Amino acid sequence: MSGPRRRLLAWLQRRPAARAWSLLGPGMLWLVLFFLVPLLIMAAYSLMPRGTYGGVQPGFTLQHYRRFFDPLYLAILQRTLVWSLVCTAVCLLLGYPVAYLVARAGRWRAALLFLVVLPFWTSFLVRTFAMIFLLRDSGLVNNVLLRLGLIDAPLTLLYTPFAVLLGLVYGFLPFMILPIYASLEKLDPTLLEAAETLGATPLAGFRRITLPLSLPGVVAGCFLVFIPAMGSFLTSDLLGGAKQLMIGNLIQNQFAAARNWPFGSAASFVVTALVLVAVTVYLRVRDRAAEGTG
Amino acid sequence: MAAPPPPSPPVVQLTRVSKTFGEVTAVNGVSLEIRRGEFFSILGPSGCGKTTTLRLLAGFEQPDPDGGEIRLLGRLVNDERPYQRGIAMVFQNYALFPHLNVERNVAFGLEQRRRPPAEIAERVGRALAMVRLDPATYRRRMPAQLSGGQRQRVALARALVLEPEILLLDEPLGAIDLQLRKEMQLELKALNEQLGTTFVYVTHDQEEALTMSDRIAVMEHARVAQLGTPAEIYESPRTAFVARFIGASNFVAGTATRRSGAYWEVSRSGGGAFRVPEHPAVRQGGEVRIAVRPEWMDLWRPGEVPPAENSLGGAVREVIYRGETIHVLVGLPDGEDLTVALRNEGQLSKPLPWRRGDAVAVGWLPEDCQVLEEG
Repeated sequence: MSGPRRRLLAWLQRRPAARAWSLLGPGMLWLVLFFLVPLLIMAAYSLMPRGTYGGVQPGFTLQHYRRFFDPLYLAILQRTLVWSLVCTAVCLLLGYPVAYLVARAGRWRAALLFLVVLPFWTSFLVRTFAMIFLLRDSGLVNNVLLRLGLIDAPLTLLYTPFAVLLGLVYGFLPFMILPIYASLEKLDPTLLEAAETLGATPLAGFRRITLPLSLPGVVAGCFLVFIPAMGSFLTSDLLGGAKQLMIGNLIQNQFAAARNWPFGSAASFVVTALVLVAVTVYLRVRDRAAEGTG
Repeated sequence: MAAPPPPSPPVVQLTRVSKTFGEVTAVNGVSLEIRRGEFFSILGPSGCGKTTTLRLLAGFEQPDPDGGEIRLLGRLVNDERPYQRGIAMVFQNYALFPHLNVERNVAFGLEQRRRPPAEIAERVGRALAMVRLDPATYRRRMPAQLSGGQRQRVALARALVLEPEILLLDEPLGAIDLQLRKEMQLELKALNEQLGTTFVYVTHDQEEALTMSDRIAVMEHARVAQLGTPAEIYESPRTAFVARFIGASNFVAGTATRRSGAYWEVSRSGGGAFRVPEHPAVRQGGEVRIAVRPEWMDLWRPGEVPPAENSLGGAVREVIYRGETIHVLVGLPDGEDLTVALRNEGQLSKPLPWRRGDAVAVGWLPEDCQVLEEG
């Protein structure tokens, strides 16, 4: 080992604080530069008057936040909230049984997990485009239904709330399955055996042991689906068309086409605040509930 | 241990029970009966099938098709699920529910049986007191906040609170340190007597089994090698495996040469001769293998062994100080060793006369020979 390198290592050895910083530093620097600073810039923009050709002018105003509470935008926000909640619920209902099965699949476990994450090998954009080919009037679904004689005319599937929801669920389902799987996989099977010797049927064992112990995974999965669903714009753009705007589309439009950066920033912060409030309230409720059982 | 035969039918009855996993036979034609209130241990090395036997009793495993009968309280339970069998079980790793506090853990079975809350609270308190956990102190603790010994007590309370007819225990003291383990052994035995519950106890610790059990089934290679009281198992092991697994033994082999009175004379393969009591396994000219406990042998100067005793001559190879006893290893002329355990009467005041290299004679009574069967 060369002299300077050995001296550096020896120096780090003597100073635990320096050692910790040398490990934390790069990541923190990255987050500060590319997350915290832009966020602060956006916060500042959202409080400044709009510039004529994009950007902002010096000054202070709350008009962008006031503008957001227009019924038009509130309707978009409401739609986004409802869709995100429905998407989360559907992901939970579809994902929990899958996670449960994978966690108990024995030697098939690795193969099944691989299938769960397989969609990540293709870009989200490509996968969403592929959905168009499935759902459009002359798409696979309509073709099959027509051939089978179940319908006489193509169903309108694309550019409907249904299509958006389908796309959202398809895109986010693995984020629900993986954390639930992780919590189920950790569960000691002897606990269920113990419950059975105490008179619990398999169903009661699931309700009283498996479900409560997998709750952290369920919560993590719900957050991992709900939060990105609230911010999604690609799915609603491609599968919902112009009629099914979500708040993400609104923000994107403000930054791109409308060149209204301050309003886009304000809308972003409203959504962020909403998510933060929801998460905080949820955690409070859960802690109170935990005290009850504890 | 001459208890009169009980009038009631056996609480647990296995009849030629077999269980295979793929190619592996875990339990092979095991038959045994356990009486009401008995402390019954299943003892054996790992992989002998003792845990599978317990899991068959609990209902986590089913016997093979035509793999015998399991009866609990006279009822055929081969196809019953664990929750239908009315047994309780204590697991090796405690298996406490980590998301429930001590009280809710113990209450679990009663809640499952939909007992009224007042009764649950009362019985949980009693069960905790029974395993010597102060309810006021421990009621609201979470399992993670308890020591290993305390967890095991909670697990025991959780099982006993149901007042089960049969309690299965799967190496429950395996993860507890020695001092506490000895205490818990006595407490378990006391609970067994006080409650009248039948205990079926699986362990690989022979000392533990001898200490607590009314009867022991020693298992080897998926079969019961011997079943009997601790004294029968220890003092009259039927096979070399049992003699070796329970305590220490000296093994001596030879050929039966002739019968004289109530004894057979055996000429030892490596030189010397000894007598063994009559035994169905001994035939004229047949191979004889015996086991003798080290503490039943004694050391003499050559030629001084009393005539009533067997005697083999050799030389002291090693003197090992063990505290309670002193082990003297005697090398026989053919190279085999015998271990003689002498009571330590105080080496500082009354030192043993034996030194390494001394010529000695090992003496023991023919009655102390355990003639072993094949296996």
